[in-house]
Amino acid sequence: MTGLSHEVLRDIHRRMVRIRLFEEAAGRIFEAGRMPGFIHLYVGQEAVAAGVCAALRDDDQVSSTHRGHGHLVAKGGDLSRMMAELMGKATGYCGGKGGSMHVSDLDLNMLGANGIVGGGVPIAVGAGFANKYRASGAVSVAFFGDGATNIGAFHEAANMAAALELPVLFVCENNEYAEYTPRDQTMAIADVVERAAAYGMPGTKVDGMDPVAVFEATTAAAGRARAGAGPSFIECKTYRYYNHHGVQTLGMKYRSDDEVQQWRAKDPIPRHEDLMVGAGAMTPDGIEAVRAEIAAEVEAAIEFAEQSPLPDPDDLLADVYSGPAGGRQPLPPP
Amino acid sequence: MTELTYLKAFNDGLRQMMDADPDIFVVGEDVARKGGVFGSYTGLIDAFGERRMVDTPISEQAIVGLGIGAAVCGLRPVVDLMFMDFVLVAMDQLANQAAKLKYMFGGSARLPVTIATNGGAGLSAAAQHSQSLEAMLCHVPGLKVVMPSTPYDMKGLLIACLRDDNPTVLVKNKRMFGVKGDVPAELYEVPIGEARVARPGADVTVVAYSRMVTESLKAADELAADGIDCEVIDLRSVQPLDIETVVSSARKTNRIVVVHEAVRFAGLGAEIAAQVSEHAFDYLDAPVARVAAPFAPVPFSPALESRYVPDASRIAAQIRTTLDRA
Repeated sequence: MTGLSHEVLRDIHRRMVRIRLFEEAAGRIFEAGRMPGFIHLYVGQEAVAAGVCAALRDDDQVSSTHRGHGHLVAKGGDLSRMMAELMGKATGYCGGKGGSMHVSDLDLNMLGANGIVGGGVPIAVGAGFANKYRASGAVSVAFFGDGATNIGAFHEAANMAAALELPVLFVCENNEYAEYTPRDQTMAIADVVERAAAYGMPGTKVDGMDPVAVFEATTAAAGRARAGAGPSFIECKTYRYYNHHGVQTLGMKYRSDDEVQQWRAKDPIPRHEDLMVGAGAMTPDGIEAVRAEIAAEVEAAIEFAEQSPLPDPDDLLADVYSGPAGGRQPLPPP
Repeated sequence: MTELTYLKAFNDGLRQMMDADPDIFVVGEDVARKGGVFGSYTGLIDAFGERRMVDTPISEQAIVGLGIGAAVCGLRPVVDLMFMDFVLVAMDQLANQAAKLKYMFGGSARLPVTIATNGGAGLSAAAQHSQSLEAMLCHVPGLKVVMPSTPYDMKGLLIACLRDDNPTVLVKNKRMFGVKGDVPAELYEVPIGEARVARPGADVTVVAYSRMVTESLKAADELAADGIDCEVIDLRSVQPLDIETVVSSARKTNRIVVVHEAVRFAGLGAEIAAQVSEHAFDYLDAPVARVAAPFAPVPFSPALESRYVPDASRIAAQIRTTLDRA
């Protein structure tokens, strides 16, 4: 039994359900051909984003990945602005300039999804640097997958954070696949957390389908970072239900249907709901009410996105630079 | 006015800006205790301490990424990349992250990060420590790139970069560190994106930047003895470009020679030639000419390198050809 308060348990639950229902709706819209581009759904991994973000302060920053919707939702993202961005609308978080892979909300200290694997990790280290520089007490979190731990930016950033003793949490969402290639083909270790020791930072391995375990590991690591003891590494063992990209779940050559079903049996949401009911934190009716409320929020987000205007093509060149781009154009010939 | 070297002008401007703005800090390899391998940061550790002068591991991606993250969170980092060649090691963070975050986020981010680096050949530093890679950086929307040619411009452009809310790359030329010039003691800006006419003239326009301005001025002096009157334009910024100044001059002189240390193929000279042909085609009495490095890595031996890097005599020879007075 967990020692977390009922309020925290409900908070974690709400964050997970918001991610799940948003993502499933986004997948349906994508499947129907009403959403341009690529989509990398976060479904299955909700316990990680929700467990981490519930343990953070509002001024703690997170950097994210190409599978980044869940991190923004868990940080408190506005579902309407998210859905509008995914649909390329002017009212979206990025005015239609970023899309799924670049949703961000700097006011929520969510420093953006990121289309380059590992690309957001050094940026989180920079946020951690700023926190230490200002002695703000805030920490930053780099979310990344198992696949990202094979790219140089991750190693440089992990070493940098440890060498400079920065308040950064390295949260690895090990979903066992780097796109379509299984982990045992991409690294010779079973647990990514082994890499933490090489940088002199403590590492913890947790069940990434258990949001309470994730919350507790994050609380410990954040407390350590806030106390000035430097970065930590948390490996969350998790799984994505859908394909790397798109909405297919079964019948794929690179992973077995049995495997998918085994992971789905560990689904973090019903498991957490059972825990809440057992702890007296929520009744089954209360859970239904939360789900209905969030389903309505998602429906409203879809409605908002669909009714929103497309960006004005004349805005194409806005926001390339802050302020005037500079330079001087030729005058017409005299 | 005080006479300062090109390198001291950088140091001086940075020190004054750090005094004025507590959000400015310097991060990079050997910047603090060593003061930079070329002495760019000499003495700053004593003035500002380890909090604001930060030595790092040899990790260019993480150094630039640290600057980006800190800038998004409101600080104003100076990121040192020891050699311009090392820009390539950090290219994802520079080109995919720093340059694009503002746009991808729909304008919500500010990225006031200054990347200070050292480019140029002529020191027998060979192929990985001598390059002029500005054309690659200029090709990426979101970055600004400045390449000062005098101590005055060094300080003024540095201050402009530090006050800019965009990622800027300031490229010092390694052979100019000891060059002296008058530098005002106070803070001043040389606006990014404004060229200067380094020498007015009537017969031919020579467009250059960084150390090639010095070589072009030498060539102009040599040609003056033969009655050839060169106008030399110092671009100062290569992204954004002040093409107005170049085109106005081309319309006046009707002949143009572009000079850079970078390789000729797909260099800045190609862009300038294209824009001049778009805006001043009917004024030209000769094709736009380019004096630039050949399409090869920078060689090591002085015997090879002296052939590789453009100099005043090659510039003068090209000007004579362009004027049909070879």
